[in-house]
Amino acid sequence: MSDKKQVLLDIRNLRIEGYTGEEWVPIIKGVDLKLHRGEVMGLIGESGAGKSTIGAAAMGFARDGTRISEGSIEFDGMELTTASEAEKRALRGSRIAYVAQSAAASFNPAHKIIDQHTEAPLHYRIQKRLEAQEDAMDLYERLRLPNPKEIGFRYPHQVSGGQLQRAMTAMAMACRPDLIIFDEPTTALDVTTQIEVLAAIRDIVDQFNTAAIYITHDLAVVAQMADTIKVLLKGEEVEQAPTEEMLQSPREDYTKSLWAVRSYQRPQQSRPEGEKPVISVQHVDAAYTGGVKVLDDVSFDIYRGMTVAVVGESGSGKSTAARCITGLLPPSKGQVLSNGEPLPPNYLNRSKDQLRQVQMIYQMADTALNPKVRISEIIGRPAQFYSGLRGADLKHRVDELLDLIELDPSKFYNRYPPELSGGQKQRIGIARALAAEPSFIICDEVTSALDQLVAEGILKLLDRLQKELDLAYMFITHDLATVRAIADEVVVMQNGKVVEQGPKDEMFTPPHHPYTDLLLSSVPEMDPNWLTTLLEERGVENVGEAADV
Amino acid sequence: MGDLLGLVAKRLGFGLLTLLVISVIIFFMVELLPGDIAQAVLGQGATEENLAALREQMGLNKPAVVRYFEWLGNALTGDFGTSIVTGERVSTIITERFINTLFLAAYAAVIAVPFAVTLGIVVALLRNTLFDRVVNVLTLTSISSPEFFLGYILILYLAVKTGMFPAISSLRPGMTFWELLDRTFLPALTLVLVVTAHMMRMTRAAIINLLASPYIEMARLKGAPPWKVIVRHALPNAWAPIINVIALNLAYLITGVVLVEVVFVYPGIGQALVDAVSKRDFPIVQSCCLIFAATFILLNLAADVAAILTNPRLRHPK
Repeated sequence: MSDKKQVLLDIRNLRIEGYTGEEWVPIIKGVDLKLHRGEVMGLIGESGAGKSTIGAAAMGFARDGTRISEGSIEFDGMELTTASEAEKRALRGSRIAYVAQSAAASFNPAHKIIDQHTEAPLHYRIQKRLEAQEDAMDLYERLRLPNPKEIGFRYPHQVSGGQLQRAMTAMAMACRPDLIIFDEPTTALDVTTQIEVLAAIRDIVDQFNTAAIYITHDLAVVAQMADTIKVLLKGEEVEQAPTEEMLQSPREDYTKSLWAVRSYQRPQQSRPEGEKPVISVQHVDAAYTGGVKVLDDVSFDIYRGMTVAVVGESGSGKSTAARCITGLLPPSKGQVLSNGEPLPPNYLNRSKDQLRQVQMIYQMADTALNPKVRISEIIGRPAQFYSGLRGADLKHRVDELLDLIELDPSKFYNRYPPELSGGQKQRIGIARALAAEPSFIICDEVTSALDQLVAEGILKLLDRLQKELDLAYMFITHDLATVRAIADEVVVMQNGKVVEQGPKDEMFTPPHHPYTDLLLSSVPEMDPNWLTTLLEERGVENVGEAADV
Repeated sequence: MGDLLGLVAKRLGFGLLTLLVISVIIFFMVELLPGDIAQAVLGQGATEENLAALREQMGLNKPAVVRYFEWLGNALTGDFGTSIVTGERVSTIITERFINTLFLAAYAAVIAVPFAVTLGIVVALLRNTLFDRVVNVLTLTSISSPEFFLGYILILYLAVKTGMFPAISSLRPGMTFWELLDRTFLPALTLVLVVTAHMMRMTRAAIINLLASPYIEMARLKGAPPWKVIVRHALPNAWAPIINVIALNLAYLITGVVLVEVVFVYPGIGQALVDAVSKRDFPIVQSCCLIFAATFILLNLAADVAAILTNPRLRHPK
């Protein structure tokens, strides 16, 4: 950070354009970035801010359909914008390495992990195959992968997501690069797994004094990793400052608004008295065909006008519980009651009115909306199916629903989903669920694919609708910040079992079930020392020691 | 691996069932052919007594269902009956013809498959260049020209005008392997031209389809040169559709060669089939059709197994 350190990467007035199919439009509008040897810079911003594009540009790489139109990218004295393809290629993998968001998708399924690891060292003739393999095992050990001698000889699909992400970090280290670009490396992981990966990345970057650009949308994560933070908005820099300073006193309004999102919280409600729960899940077991049990004696109640958050890691059975309630997966034992009446286990045997009661909103609005169908039909179809509305009545109802989700009917009625932003699509998903006039809605990770500001808008909308329409929500999420913001009651699940449940304030006050405790303590906090402190508390020895031998 | 054997056994079972259904269809389709078989065999001058005697001898008076089961039972023991025209055993006639067809198919396949796949890889590498377009136009031209036309063009230029290869591919006993290759070069080349385009285009499409995958971007960002990105990173994941198209084309090489065999007077099974149809030699027609059906089923089975073997998820379960 100080001036005596050597500048490794110097990007000046970078402009990048993307092709829309008709014309070239600017994506990056004149960004400067200076990175010193051994420095870690965090790039944060919402989707569309251009973080990943800048990350790729630091390798002299423009993705298909984009081009670097202006500016200079100087890596260790070499100008990348004018360098030949071969010259740039010679840097990639050897001096600048890349760690992608989804390791599961970025490892080639056809080759063993270690063969992908050794590809670059062999290609650059830095090491012989056996040496490179030895080195890979050494890196696996430093990154605390289980069975470091053996794990590389597996195929990517045989290894878990968190382990793959660490193996990918090891792969990036293979040629001991000067710079690594981390592109949202922990976004796809559970909080508990995220900690291991964060710690591993931080240690290894430290050990080899590698410079890094750490791209993420999660402020708390970047606070743990970066020396400096640069905030981006729509292809432009908002501000840049050393981490501590940025966290304590952000200058710009936009940065402050990013910081503030995490404080949204609505008042907690308690159960209405003398009423039967809208949905009651009673001692439900479930299994997929021929598979192991994924739900084991699961019970919880959801009352009118209340939000019950179901939390847990991937594979804990949250979504399976939702499938049992909707009747997509009939339980093998137990039953689901609606207002005291048992619901038929299979949705095929439910009456129209029973189907109407239970609606769903999905995580990926992109894939949950048919891109070839107009908004009017997406929302109109359930309104017609459940309420039998036609013609002018139907149009009136669709307009009313669009008003409810705060989208102007005259603008959106005839449009198609691909023309909409992520947040607007999710609103359409909500309107479609409301069209059935349900009493209960399952929200399956509805905000996890959205930026924080947009997600907050969705949460506020859901809250308003709940009050106006007296809805009950089952809110499936792995994000405890969301739980804190909107839940009345919390159900914690692990390996198909409910480990703890109760009102939110109780759940967030100790003592907890050990698993709840693990989940809660794993949520990154804005304090830059949070990770260090946590690792010390958990007694994980610093891997840095292993390297000093 | 145990799963794989089970799968193969299951598919083989389904294949046999399909073959049985096809045998029913073939048998009764031949039944439906208009006219009297005995009349056709003996000619217009035959007397009523002679016709009746022949019908009795051939079992034509029995109900069709009974004859079907007799035929099927015999076929299962390897007895496909005798030719109505020559009186020879069908198996004798067909075996030799079928071996000839297999030889020609193998000859064409050995050239066409590696050529098509390599060409597909090269055009994927040079996609959207002039070379890509030229290859595209050429292969499209060759696939859309009728094969007899291609055959005659080749005869005109490579046999008649230059005399490099013989125009007629009739075989005689005692030919050496090299003579055989030389003599059948033109029909093989015709077949290569017909099947290459399909396989080449599928290879190109399957590879290009994968180029947007994150692991391809990862390979590029690791500094892999373009040919390595395609050959090492894209191709191993593109095999399944390519293999299926290869199998379809191999089946075509065996069952679709009638025209080429006729043009080059090559004694293969396709020519035998055409002869038999015109002479109403129905035992031969039925046997040829059964062989064609079995070829399709077996090659598709082989393609499925090969596609599974190229998928690491299935080869190395968790």
